[in-house]
Amino acid sequence: MTFAVITFPGSNCDRDCIWALEGVLGYTVRNIFHREKSLGSVDAVVLPGGFSYGDYLRAGALAHFSPIMDAVTAFAHEGGIVLGICNGFQILCEAGLLPGALVRNRSLKFVCHEVSLRVENCATIFTSQYQEGQEIILPIAHSDGNYLTDPATLSTLEQERRVVFRYTGPKRFDALDGNPNGSVNAIAGIVNSEGNVLGMMPHPERACDPDIGRTDGLGIFLSVAQSVVRQSAVLAE
Amino acid sequence: MMVKVIVTHKPGVLDPQGQTVLQSLRQLGYRNIRDVRIGKYIEIELDATSREDAERQAAQISDKMLANPVIETFRVELE
Repeated sequence: MTFAVITFPGSNCDRDCIWALEGVLGYTVRNIFHREKSLGSVDAVVLPGGFSYGDYLRAGALAHFSPIMDAVTAFAHEGGIVLGICNGFQILCEAGLLPGALVRNRSLKFVCHEVSLRVENCATIFTSQYQEGQEIILPIAHSDGNYLTDPATLSTLEQERRVVFRYTGPKRFDALDGNPNGSVNAIAGIVNSEGNVLGMMPHPERACDPDIGRTDGLGIFLSVAQSVVRQSAVLAE
Repeated sequence: MMVKVIVTHKPGVLDPQGQTVLQSLRQLGYRNIRDVRIGKYIEIELDATSREDAERQAAQISDKMLANPVIETFRVELE
């Protein structure tokens, strides 16, 4: 099981992802700098969180044009598994691999705390290790996590059950409805229509190591690994 | 040639920065202000064979990178 973790200039969760995947779970990780043009042979790609290119212009807008992104886009179009976390989600939207956009939080504040999420669809590559409707707790840390899309796309996302994670709380002074950033329909994570690309604002990689707290994020990486194992078993038959 | 690109939020897209400035202006007593929208202003110097060419190039890069068509629109102005 080999994951690629891409490092853009300004990524700051790449090491957390590598620790979760390699240190905690024992998978192989290829850490790939954004200037490279090839992913090599990998089973899944992670675009980590951070502030690629200082969030200049728009969050994720410039990383979308990094040399490695042609390979990531081609990998996704061939059905490869791509997970974008936080800034990675913003990059996937800018690259057109996921619909919609992530704009400034409703509160205009950087939000950094734990949130509860409902797993809305456990029949995806990324969520098979969770129960349908399960509540999990993950940290968030972002300024631009307010998911926005046009009404037609929104209704497609809902009908096709592509909203994978939804914020359910906590209710706070800056989020009386339990929605930390104002995302439409309290969306925290979505998949593309083929189901092989997930973008999410919360940080599962920061909730994987029992030595430093919660482990609710493990399920995402375990789900991906299991689907890769299952795919290779099908191919071997 | 100098080209100016102005990027603004699409109508209907919430502009929390504009809304906050609007509220502050009202607190200052400017009660006649109906709305405030905050966008981006970008100056580009480029080589072009004509004004039309400069405009076409600026529109192309705006469409590709400077504006996100999901949430923003842009207009190009020439000196």
